[in-house]
Amino acid sequence: MKIQRCKGMRDMSPQAMAVFRRMVGTCRDTFVKWGYREVRTPTIEYMHLFTSAGTLTPGMLGKVYSFLDWDGWSGERVVLRPDGTIPVARLYTENMQGLARLFYTMNMFTFESGEGNRERWQCGAELIGAGSAVADAELMALSMEIVKKLGLRGVELRLSHAGLIKALLSRLKLTDEEQHRMFDSILDGDTTLLAKASRKSPELADMLLPLLSLKGQTVDFLQKQRALLCRSIPEIRAPLDDFLKTVAVLDNLGMKYQINIASGAGFEYYTGMIFQLFTGKEKIGGGGRYDALIDAMGGGDVPASGLAIYLDRLMDRIKKGNVMSPAAQRILVKASSGISVGVAFKVADALRQGGCIAEIDLDGREADWTLEVKSTGTMTLFNRAKKQKTAVGSVDAVLKLVGGKSGG
Amino acid sequence: MAVKIALPKGRLLRKTAALLQKANWRLDEYHSSMGFYRPKSARFPDLLIRVFHEKDIPIQIAMGNYDLGICGLDWVEELLVKYPSSDVVKVKDLIYGKGSLYAAASMPQDLRQNGTPLRIASEYPNLAESFALKQRMSRFSVFPVWGAAEAYPPENADMALLSAGSAADITGYGIKPFDRVLDFSTFLIANRPRWESKKLDKIAASIFDVLSEAAKSTAEKKDAFSSPLPPRIKAKGVKTDTVRLALPDGHQQQQTVELLNKAGIKIEDYPSSTGNRRPRIGIDGVAVKVIRPQDMPLQVANGNFDLAVTGRDWLADHLAQFPSSPVKEILDLKLRRVRLVAVVSRELPIDDPGDLLRFSAGRGEPFRLASEYVNIADKYARENHLGHYRVIPTWGATEAFLPDDADLLIENTETGRTIARHNLKIIETLFESTACLIGSAGSVTDAKKSRIIESIVSRLQKAVGTN
Repeated sequence: MKIQRCKGMRDMSPQAMAVFRRMVGTCRDTFVKWGYREVRTPTIEYMHLFTSAGTLTPGMLGKVYSFLDWDGWSGERVVLRPDGTIPVARLYTENMQGLARLFYTMNMFTFESGEGNRERWQCGAELIGAGSAVADAELMALSMEIVKKLGLRGVELRLSHAGLIKALLSRLKLTDEEQHRMFDSILDGDTTLLAKASRKSPELADMLLPLLSLKGQTVDFLQKQRALLCRSIPEIRAPLDDFLKTVAVLDNLGMKYQINIASGAGFEYYTGMIFQLFTGKEKIGGGGRYDALIDAMGGGDVPASGLAIYLDRLMDRIKKGNVMSPAAQRILVKASSGISVGVAFKVADALRQGGCIAEIDLDGREADWTLEVKSTGTMTLFNRAKKQKTAVGSVDAVLKLVGGKSGG
Repeated sequence: MAVKIALPKGRLLRKTAALLQKANWRLDEYHSSMGFYRPKSARFPDLLIRVFHEKDIPIQIAMGNYDLGICGLDWVEELLVKYPSSDVVKVKDLIYGKGSLYAAASMPQDLRQNGTPLRIASEYPNLAESFALKQRMSRFSVFPVWGAAEAYPPENADMALLSAGSAADITGYGIKPFDRVLDFSTFLIANRPRWESKKLDKIAASIFDVLSEAAKSTAEKKDAFSSPLPPRIKAKGVKTDTVRLALPDGHQQQQTVELLNKAGIKIEDYPSSTGNRRPRIGIDGVAVKVIRPQDMPLQVANGNFDLAVTGRDWLADHLAQFPSSPVKEILDLKLRRVRLVAVVSRELPIDDPGDLLRFSAGRGEPFRLASEYVNIADKYARENHLGHYRVIPTWGATEAFLPDDADLLIENTETGRTIARHNLKIIETLFESTACLIGSAGSVTDAKKSRIIESIVSRLQKAVGTN
């Protein structure tokens, strides 16, 4: 019988892990420099953490891995974490108060049919306790800085606003349930439901559809429409002003962005600004404001927003050169025949102290640099590329010869 | 390769048999609920026919063990709601066996609130979960029951999701339907790849030909519900110092009554000819409810009952799933003595559990265990180090699974005769099971309550002793 890895799961090879570590390192360094502190939440959580209204769309809940724990006779299920923000918000609610800048690197589990990834890795940050436009802008600037450090070019920042979408929907005279469903479908990137509903009221359709399908326009358009919009949809004033305020901060910072109100984000907990990072058609990250989430968990009226960088999607896009630091020199250490292996171990240890990677020879193969050891004072260094053989008398001499230059 | 079809036993048997007779299948033995589960058709002599519990059929089709099946749409949806990519095609509505799934409770009232989870009892746990998610219940728990879901509200569940012919049937149980979740009827279903390969046309056509178009009345049901919100129920009637006793329905009733009589415990309307699930017992401070023995350990674990009369087999299955459950056996009632056995086909080179490992390791496909006792079967596979295995849950008639659709059964047997008759052999006896009285360890703190429990136990003990 052939053993295979589980469908929808993927292995990471040493090469892939090297890229992964460098990506995470870049995210970590940036988060830390902006004042964020690292947290980690458990892989398994209670399902009801995610089922409470206003957290995940039913579409997403239908893909969650849930099961009865070994003591789950009450019939309540636990889940493999499908999302990073909700558990971090729970952790904050349980243990913290005031302003908190937190970040994490965690894996999320959701079912994808076919060969889609069912386990995905994210680096994310949550900014809890701040509700200003500056806080929104901080997360966007932070995301763009990470993307730039990772060497990605032409990343597009797309903006939307959950409050704006909800205010527009409120004019369609839908039941709560229908409105929920419509909002979900918009967040899932589908506007057909909306088009259907707005057919009933042509004057609304004239206003809603252009707004919701607003793509790539500058903020001037919204500013010019503001008076008109507020007159016909009074509920839109607050979210629209909130949106314009954040956009003004982005202008101030000289950041480029696209407005795309109906762009999908998939998280029902968003209440305000929503942003997404795209390279071409691929979404590589995003975030938004979720002011109601902490309250829904019983943590009081605490504003919050967050971002996530999708590591799996980036893995294939990042060129190795962009993330690989010049690796330490690798030296294969061989004990000459009849020489005690202890000497080889001692020399290898000294090489490691000197900043090299020292491997003990186990199978007699050749390497770019091979060091044959007779004693700590009598050694021969082979360079495979140059076919060079040099007698050396000390580890220091080896380090000098190997130097910073590439061995191959 | 011969075409394989799975036919239902139970509620759909009579009408399905009539349909196939009309289609001139000329079946030799598809008419009684007992039997060999292996009918033959004179019209399609090559057709391989097996008879299963209706619930098992969609799973058998999805797994590709059978090409065609006939069963209620409710069980198809129960599978598809959880596993939407299953290879099941709903080929044709056969019109008969109509019903609906209703959400029902005792009293309507808004319950969308945080705090204690909303408890849903249902034979359809996947549809129940999907219902709860769609209703955006913030916290809920599902009791997957074997039957008698209508008996759970209001004391033991906040609502039930159950099938019935009409809303009026539900009201007849003393609970109020508040939403109709699904309308169903009997369907011909097929395995998707086999159906697309068109090899099933002849057989399907023989059924289509006799379906009367006139019967296709699409009269919409018009149940009016005030609100789709599930109602919140306060448990009424049962005081906190009342001892709650669960008694079994089905074929265990008669022996249970005899034992209670012997213990001098009087009980009215049990077994009940009218389906009464709350008979009166002649002991003050005790309330009785009649539910399926399979469901009792879970109910006792959740504190819904203090005492229950069930089988040791079901207690063991519960403990295999939840090892730290507080449920324990209080008294062996020494009734209905059966053995739980591991069974294989006589054709297999397996004579004892030691052969299992060698057999399962030597072949490419996973080893398949079929059982009503899903958790015992799973534990058995783990303990016998069966590397790559699958447990197929069944709802009875498990013998029909061997040898084609499973490699091993975990079954209960009284005499071993049924097993021998199906050309099967027992390779191991797991344990002996009798009816027993179960309770929850350390759950009763009320002094009056524990006095009543002690008295019931000692009366039963004396009665058992004189057996």
